[in-house]
Amino acid sequence: MADRSPRRGERRGMDTLIFRTMAPYLTALMMLFSVFVLLRGHNQPGGGFIGGLIAASALAILGIANGVSAVRRALWFDPIAIAAAGLAMAALAGLLSLFADVPFMTALWAFPHILGTEVALSTPLMFDIGVYLVVTGAITTIALALEEREDD
Amino acid sequence: MAANDAPFIFLALIAPFLAAAVAPVLTRAMGHRAALPLALVPTGIFAFFCRALSDVQAGQAVTGGYLWVPSFNVSYSWLIDGLSLTFVLLISGIGALIILYAGGYLKGHAQQGRFFSFILMFMGSMLGVVVSDSFLMLFIYWELTSITSFLLIGFDHAREASRRAAIQALVVTGGGGLALLAGLILVWNITGVSTISLLLEYAPALKASPFFFASLLLILGGAFTKSAQFPFHFWLPNAMEAPTPVSAYLHSATMVKAGVFLLMRLQPAFGDTPAWETILPVFGGATLIAGTVIGLRQTDLKLMLAYTTVASLGLLVMLTGFGTPHALESAVLYLIAHALFKGALFMVAGAIDHEAGTRDVTRLGGLRRAMPVTFAAAMLAALSMGGLPPLLGFLAKEEIYEALAGSNPRALAFMLTAIIGNALMFALAFAVALKPFIGPERALPGPHHEAKPVAPASALPGVASTKGEKDKMQATHIHEAPLLMLAGPVVLALAGLAAGVFSDAFHAAFSSPMASAIAHQARTVTISAIPHLSLPFLLSLVTVALGVIVYLLLDRARDAAAAALESIGWGPDQGFDQAMRGLIRGAHALTTRIQSGRLETYIMVTFIVIATSLLVPMAIFSEWPSPPVWPAEAGFHELVIFAIAVIGLFAVVLAADRLTAIVSLGIQGFSVAVIFMLYGAPDLAFTQFMVETLSVVILALVMTRLDLQPSDHRHGWEMIKDAVIALACGVGFAALLLRAVQMPFNRELTDFFNAWSKVVAHGTNVVNVIIVDFRGTDTLGEIAVVAITGLAILALIRIRVSGTVRPADNDPERSD
Repeated sequence: MADRSPRRGERRGMDTLIFRTMAPYLTALMMLFSVFVLLRGHNQPGGGFIGGLIAASALAILGIANGVSAVRRALWFDPIAIAAAGLAMAALAGLLSLFADVPFMTALWAFPHILGTEVALSTPLMFDIGVYLVVTGAITTIALALEEREDD
Repeated sequence: MAANDAPFIFLALIAPFLAAAVAPVLTRAMGHRAALPLALVPTGIFAFFCRALSDVQAGQAVTGGYLWVPSFNVSYSWLIDGLSLTFVLLISGIGALIILYAGGYLKGHAQQGRFFSFILMFMGSMLGVVVSDSFLMLFIYWELTSITSFLLIGFDHAREASRRAAIQALVVTGGGGLALLAGLILVWNITGVSTISLLLEYAPALKASPFFFASLLLILGGAFTKSAQFPFHFWLPNAMEAPTPVSAYLHSATMVKAGVFLLMRLQPAFGDTPAWETILPVFGGATLIAGTVIGLRQTDLKLMLAYTTVASLGLLVMLTGFGTPHALESAVLYLIAHALFKGALFMVAGAIDHEAGTRDVTRLGGLRRAMPVTFAAAMLAALSMGGLPPLLGFLAKEEIYEALAGSNPRALAFMLTAIIGNALMFALAFAVALKPFIGPERALPGPHHEAKPVAPASALPGVASTKGEKDKMQATHIHEAPLLMLAGPVVLALAGLAAGVFSDAFHAAFSSPMASAIAHQARTVTISAIPHLSLPFLLSLVTVALGVIVYLLLDRARDAAAAALESIGWGPDQGFDQAMRGLIRGAHALTTRIQSGRLETYIMVTFIVIATSLLVPMAIFSEWPSPPVWPAEAGFHELVIFAIAVIGLFAVVLAADRLTAIVSLGIQGFSVAVIFMLYGAPDLAFTQFMVETLSVVILALVMTRLDLQPSDHRHGWEMIKDAVIALACGVGFAALLLRAVQMPFNRELTDFFNAWSKVVAHGTNVVNVIIVDFRGTDTLGEIAVVAITGLAILALIRIRVSGTVRPADNDPERSD
């Protein structure tokens, strides 16, 4: 892999000052938005799949602008581990119903009052968070692997 | 045995597997002395099943079992009649002796625990084979014996010869097992019953079926490979690569008899037909002659015994196929006699090898003084094998000649075969049991265990302590084998003697019930060891005389056999190698042909298949969609978006370089997303936007990452070919979608989801409720695919290709 003319991605991100400065804020906003989309999904357009795609895009932007190592530092966990954790979480959400003596994947709901507000907690929500993590983790894995260079 | 014995029978059947699990731990703790507690397991099984003797003598079979797969009417059920019980007692009784023997033979071997484990697993499998009533249970245990045999033959896996022999045995017997499975399923289909006990009642229907012959051939394929019948005999002598306890146990006394067992078991169902009474005696007779002649040529004790085992199995198959009650009785007697004397002789051969350091009969001699007990056991076993009174072998041979005596040409031909085979086996028996012991003492390599010092020489149970002391000083002194290794041959040889002397009790307990089970009618075996002047006795005398002559001329006979075999040159053993080489070459040629390693080819094939599967069914069933109608009320903004999508397409096709094409793909994708939005699918549109964005990003990254040329370099006919495939796929999908929406819309699911989404799933976004709740298990599968795809792509990208590795770079021609 010698002699390769410097193209996009060869360096640690793009050489655009504006993009590089803006990217972390943009990413943070998009991550926040992705969580919002994830949580409203049950009643409004949104959900784990879409949220995960938004989060993956956010991380791809950060990777293009500031380099892969910046993303890895920000993520803390390896993205494929995030995907694995999401898969385990989704499977666990399905298995919880076994403790209630109902078939696999039967939805369980609880409506506790936290600080005076009724909060809907359910295994489908936990499942959807699992979906979100799998999509985010898997796509970020692919994107980072592609952006990464030997010198990273 | 009472009916409530079922749990105990089940426990007895799985006990060897349980013992196999603890054997390595036990051996680590106790060394070779673990043989003593481990031998208790088969001893216990032996004692337990002895309780069934009285039932079986009374003509009652012990049956029972559990449902296994009730929906397919498959059970785990056993049938313990005279035939099974004799086998069970042989397997467990000889098994106990073999474990003791292995304790001495492999003393200090680093892998002795593993060996015990394997041989106990084998014992459990073999017990399962002989007690199985259900076809599938029989098949599973049958294959388990092949697998455990593979492990045992390949025990010394560092040597190539062992590995080859192990693979050969597995291929031959495992392949035969598949034929057996096919045969059993065919029988199941013909008769509708899946247990042996019921099958015997359906024998007339089976014999009348047009598929009778096919099922017979398939089952014989299983039995003949397992019992090493010509031309599948070659794996058995090669299996002598295994340690001697294995040879004595699997490859003479038990496993190779599984084929004979199966034939005996099925004799009432398949017997008494021309095919059965032709194929079995002819192949059995050929095996008998081939085995003895090849055996004559050998100089290795174990190989000589192995070929006589092949010959004996041939004799058994011949007798089983002969089918008359007397023939079946003689097969019973010979089978038991053979298990006893051949097991003993193998253990003797192992003891000689262990103490003298060689198994070459031309080098051995004069061991009688050093190993008197071994010599005595060997002589007793050889007398039985040679068929001399008053041993069990004599009874068997008398019965054989009684059965074959007759004046028709068929009987004469097989009698002649039996006489020649028995005479040669007589000679070989004494070549193994007498030659090494008589004559002047020779210089021999000495005991194996002294040549290569092993674990600390602790006080050996079995070896007299004074002798143990002497060994240390005098390294090459040959002495008697340790007690653990003497017990087996002595007990088996004495059993052969006792069975011959107390023939009435023996017949009542074993041979009569077993013969009755095989013949499926009550039989009483009466033959005794007292010589009486009759045709069979005269034939015996002829056999012995011939045998003595061959023994005296053994060296010349060996040369003659060697010359004869060399003139043939080719054998099935080489044939096996040629077939395996051919298979590997063929596989390599096929792989290099269909796995080009070029991504273009794979993708082209994939898309051609997609286009074909879309277009061909519509063409065959004339299910083309009717042409779509131009929407009359389409608004201006909608038309603009359609136009943008079309422009995006042209931009992709006409783009000068690839990066532009990728971005242009995004134009088309975004327009489609907007169309989704306009037609009321916000979730879909949302997802489509994100997917399009990420696709463009990832494709662009792939471009830079994989060092692709920036511009398209295809030209001429290549472009045309790809364009045709692309158009075919596009047209196919469009036609399929059009056709699908032209069908009347079924609102059932829509109504269901709309009605219940809020009520039972607490969600108003039906799409999301479907994804995470109604069809959650689907989603779980899908996200698993997503995660695995991520993992796979990560692995693909991380692979650093060093040098030029081409696909299928394991060319067999090069490794040769």
